[in-house]
Amino acid sequence: MSVVPLSHVDIGLAAVLLFINAGLSLALRLGLARRLLVAGARMVVQLTLVGLVLKALFQFASPTFTALAALIMVLFAGREAMARQERRFTGFWTYGIGTGSMMAAGIIVTVFGLTTQISPDPWYDPRYAIPILGMILGNTMNGVSLGLDRLVSGAVVQRAAIEAQLMLGATATQAMRGVTRESMRAGLIPTINGMAAAGLVSLPGMMTGQILAGVAPVEAVKYQILIMFLIGGGTGLGLLAAVMAGARRLTDSRHRLRLDRLGAKSSS
Amino acid sequence: MQHGARLVLKIRGLMRPGLESADLDVAAGECVAVSGPSGAGKTLFLRAIVDLDPNQGDVALDDRPRAEMPAPEWRRHVVYVPAEAGWWAERVGEHFSDPAIAAPLVTRLGLPAAALEWEVARLSTGEKQRLALARALVTSPRALLLDEPTSGLDPETAMTVESMLHERAADGIAILIVTHDARQAARLARRQYRMAKGKLAPAGGGAAP
Repeated sequence: MSVVPLSHVDIGLAAVLLFINAGLSLALRLGLARRLLVAGARMVVQLTLVGLVLKALFQFASPTFTALAALIMVLFAGREAMARQERRFTGFWTYGIGTGSMMAAGIIVTVFGLTTQISPDPWYDPRYAIPILGMILGNTMNGVSLGLDRLVSGAVVQRAAIEAQLMLGATATQAMRGVTRESMRAGLIPTINGMAAAGLVSLPGMMTGQILAGVAPVEAVKYQILIMFLIGGGTGLGLLAAVMAGARRLTDSRHRLRLDRLGAKSSS
Repeated sequence: MQHGARLVLKIRGLMRPGLESADLDVAAGECVAVSGPSGAGKTLFLRAIVDLDPNQGDVALDDRPRAEMPAPEWRRHVVYVPAEAGWWAERVGEHFSDPAIAAPLVTRLGLPAAALEWEVARLSTGEKQRLALARALVTSPRALLLDEPTSGLDPETAMTVESMLHERAADGIAILIVTHDARQAARLARRQYRMAKGKLAPAGGGAAP
C-alpha cells in the first residue's frame, strides 16, 4: 500500500473547519477568532518550514547538521518550557534549568533508542533521530514545564509549611519533599494518562501516521510502544532533573527557602 | 544579662536589609522581651537569628559560632516559633516525631491529648499557637525565640503559657520573646528591648547588650 498524496485543495478544505470555528467565535463573541487564525497560520508556516528543513537534513544525512538541528530543537523547547512558567527563576536559571534537564534527558534517551533498539545505519540518521528526538522533547517539555510550575507555585503557597519544618531542624531536602513529590506527580501524570489511554481512548499520532503512510498496523503498534517507553523514560528523567535542580535553586547551603530567587509573577 | 548566669545566645552585629546591626546577649534561664511597632523589624530579627534569611553578623550558642554548625543543627537548638506557624501534614500528631512525648505538653497547655488526633484545618488560631509552642518545646531547645506567642489566646490561657515559659526558663532555656503586650513583657522578662525602624535598643535607654 502507498501513501495517498494530498493536494493543496485537500488541505484548504480541512482548513475550512478552522474558519468555521473562527466564525462561531465571532458570532458567540468568544474573542478567540483572531487567536485561532493566527495559531493556524503559524502552524502552517512552521510545519512547511520544518518540512523543507527535514528534506534538506535527510539529503545531507550529516552528523553535524543533525546535531545542530537537535540543539535548535532543545533550545526552542527550553524557551517554550520557560514561557509556560507563571513565576520564573531570575537570571540564567529561568532558562537553564528547563533547557539543561531537557537536553540531558532528550539526548540520553534518543541515543539509547537509536543505538540499541531502532539501530538505523548510521545510528544518527536524521530520518530517525530528528522525529524521535522531537517526540521525546515535546513530551519532556510538557512534563518539565508542568513540574517546574508546580514546584515554584508550591514553594510560594506552602512557604509557611516548608519554613516550619526548617525551623524545627529539617534539611532543605526534607522540607521540600512534599512540594517536590507533588511536582513530580504533576509532571508525570500526562505521560501516565497517555500510556493508560493509548489504543482505548486515543490512537497515538505517530502510529496513526505510519498506518496512513502504509505501514502494517502491527509494525506501527510496535514502533508506537517503543516510542511511548522512550517518551516515558525521557519525561521521567528530564522532570526529575528539572525538579531536583529547581528545588536546589529554591534553597541554599544554609537550608533556607530562597523565594527571593524568583522573579515577579508573569502575566503570560 | 543576668550576673553570673551562663551566656547561651550571643549576638553581635547581626544585620540584613531592614535590620540595622544588632547586639544582644541572652543568658541561661533568662527571658528578654522585644517590643516595637508593627513593621519595625522584630520578626526579621528573629528570622535572622535562626538563619532563615541571608544575613550578616556573628551569632553563637554556648560559645559555639553559628557558622560552624550546620543550619539544621543550629535550628534544633535555637527554635523559632513564628506568630503564625506553618503546618505540613493533615493531622496535628503527624507534626511530632513522637506524639506520646508531646501529649503531656499539649495537656499542660490547656488542650486535650486528643488534640493530637485533630485535623489541622479545624484548629483555631489559639489552638495552633499552643500546638506550635508544644511542637517547638518537645525538641528541648537551648534557646527559644517566640513571636507573639499569646496574641490569639484568652487571658487565662495566656497565663498558662506564661507559666510554662517560666518553668522552661527555670530549667535553663534562654528565651527571647517579641510581644506587643507591655504587661506580659514586664511579667516575663527582666530586660526589655525596643525595635524601631530596624534598630534594636534597650527599652528606656541604657547600653546594649
